[in-house]
Amino acid sequence: MKSATIQLETLTCPSCMLKVEGALKNLDGIDKDTIKVSFNTSKVKLDFDENTVSIEEIENAISKVGYEVIKSKVK
Amino acid sequence: MQRYILSKKNPITLISGILIAIGFISRWTVGNMDIFAWALIVASILGAAPIVIQAYQALRVKVVSIDLLVTIAVLGAFAIQNFEESAIVTFLFLFGAYLEQRTLNQTRSAIKELTEMAPESALKLMENGEFEEVEIDDVDVGDVLLVKTGAKVPVDGTVLSGEGYINEASITGESVPVEKTEGSKVYAGTILDNGTIRIVADRVGEDTTFGKIIELVEEAQESKSEAERFIDRFAKYYTPAVLVIGLVVWLISKDIELAITILVLGCPGALVIGVPVSNVAGIGNGARHGVLLKGSEVINDFSRLDTMVFDKTGTLTIGNPTVAEKKYYGDNIDEALVYLASVEAESDHPLAKAVLEEIGQIKLLPVEDTEVVKGGGIVATVDGHRIAVGNVHLMEKENVRISEIAKADIEAFEKNGNSLVLTSVDGELKILIGVRDQIRPGVKEDLQKLRRLGVKNLVMLSGDNQGTVDLVSRELGLTEAYGNMLPEDKSEYIKRLKEKGQIVAFVGDGVNDSPSLALADIGIAMGSGTDVAIETSDVVLMNSDFSRLPHALGLVKATARNMKQNIIIAVGVVLILLASVLFSEWMNMSIGMLVHEGSILAVILNGMRLLRYRLR
Repeated sequence: MKSATIQLETLTCPSCMLKVEGALKNLDGIDKDTIKVSFNTSKVKLDFDENTVSIEEIENAISKVGYEVIKSKVK
Repeated sequence: MQRYILSKKNPITLISGILIAIGFISRWTVGNMDIFAWALIVASILGAAPIVIQAYQALRVKVVSIDLLVTIAVLGAFAIQNFEESAIVTFLFLFGAYLEQRTLNQTRSAIKELTEMAPESALKLMENGEFEEVEIDDVDVGDVLLVKTGAKVPVDGTVLSGEGYINEASITGESVPVEKTEGSKVYAGTILDNGTIRIVADRVGEDTTFGKIIELVEEAQESKSEAERFIDRFAKYYTPAVLVIGLVVWLISKDIELAITILVLGCPGALVIGVPVSNVAGIGNGARHGVLLKGSEVINDFSRLDTMVFDKTGTLTIGNPTVAEKKYYGDNIDEALVYLASVEAESDHPLAKAVLEEIGQIKLLPVEDTEVVKGGGIVATVDGHRIAVGNVHLMEKENVRISEIAKADIEAFEKNGNSLVLTSVDGELKILIGVRDQIRPGVKEDLQKLRRLGVKNLVMLSGDNQGTVDLVSRELGLTEAYGNMLPEDKSEYIKRLKEKGQIVAFVGDGVNDSPSLALADIGIAMGSGTDVAIETSDVVLMNSDFSRLPHALGLVKATARNMKQNIIIAVGVVLILLASVLFSEWMNMSIGMLVHEGSILAVILNGMRLLRYRLR
């Protein structure tokens, strides 16, 4: 398990959070209970299994629902 | 393709705005209805594209978003060939979103400023013996780093060599350069004003004090009160519900115009964004002024405060006792002072420290046969003389005669709230010293401000004797003051107040008083950026600055008011819109969208006022 912090472009509506969350829940390999989308800081924090899913795939899923990923940090 | 369109949202908004303007100008000036219609049709399609894409993306992850409501409304307007409305609604929606993003960034700016102070790179000692610039993430505990003049200290660490002056404003809020030499602790995010130092990393990244402050502030913004969680749950079902209502209205009335107007009017916006905006602006203002507020629940409780309980030492007083008064008796005082200093140098009692500071640097003599008398003081032999240093009891035990004059002095010193240090040489009283902990400058005015802000009771609890406590209490004009209190007595007292139904804040230094800090509704720590203070309390006053307390209280009151205003604006607007669509003729989709976006901007701008809040 690794944990990632992903910085997104500014989120402006609370339904953005639902969208990002929804997109991530559809991905395998992410611990769904750890997904935390922060509205004010426009950050996503989550734990994922690096053998099942890569950080690139996670970023891709977020940008597919329309949010630009500015940078992400995995550790 | 989808991504391309979304990334061009701003130019699209601009173009569709221009097209709408062209359309209306040609209609009003030359009366050309063809240009009018075509300009608006193109504007509608262009403007609708990003909205439709967003709605679709949300639907794919099973979210009914506002975009979907607007999409359906625009399609409906198209279907009844009302291009005027479809164009204006899409334009207003996009333009509103643009303004919201701009203004929201403003409300978040205070906190962003803070996080941007985090160091990003460091000069690290590599294996080849050279310093190389690396990303902050590549620095580990134990690495040796070089910090040059003007650079940020990248980690919490210890100085290995070199010296310099560091501005620790980012940690303490106090912009005074602090001297650092070998062995000094340095903190991430502080700035080396001059000099060059080599440091070894003790804590890195999120474990540093600065990292913790950032994390705390970020978490505080996201933490939600009960009311916000309710609004969130509400919003989740609200949007689909509006969709269903629109559908039902259409089925019953067969009036597409009315149905799509309801979709636009029903958009939730101001309601879901109003409270978080006040929250983030309030917390941001606090962070800028050395007040860390841990979330909106804290803001709510703090703003309704009844009683504020203070620890005395270190909170209302400086916590660093100093010599306030002294009297000498008889001859050979210079020698007596040397004896006193020599004896006190052996002790680590706080009073001894104060006495030594007062006497200053003098040559000390060797001390023999030191005997510590419990609850009395010290007896020792210096230079062949028997020296006793301690309180009145010790003097009586040593059969020291105390003259009438000295007795009067002792009484006066005690009345002034001093702790006494008497010195006798060979059974003769030579020196009387009164040591006192001074009240922090400005505390009295700050307490008056707190009262004006509506705090009903100001209470002081202290482990000190009741005499000293009464004195401080009278000077500061407190409601109540109790002495001789152990930490558990203090928390018991707070428990009793809470049982009486009061909302209680406890202000302490965050080290000895953690039980009281935790038990009070609001624990306010006077932290000099210490971990304990940051973790155990609800509010942290950086750099132990008491004067920030009135600002903190004023700010939470203003923030709580601001939240209420925003809720009233949001709910009020929805009610007025719904009433007008039912009972008036003038309401249509475009006006509805205008009012809707206007109300969102209104709550954001209202929230932004908090960024400029200052206690008058």
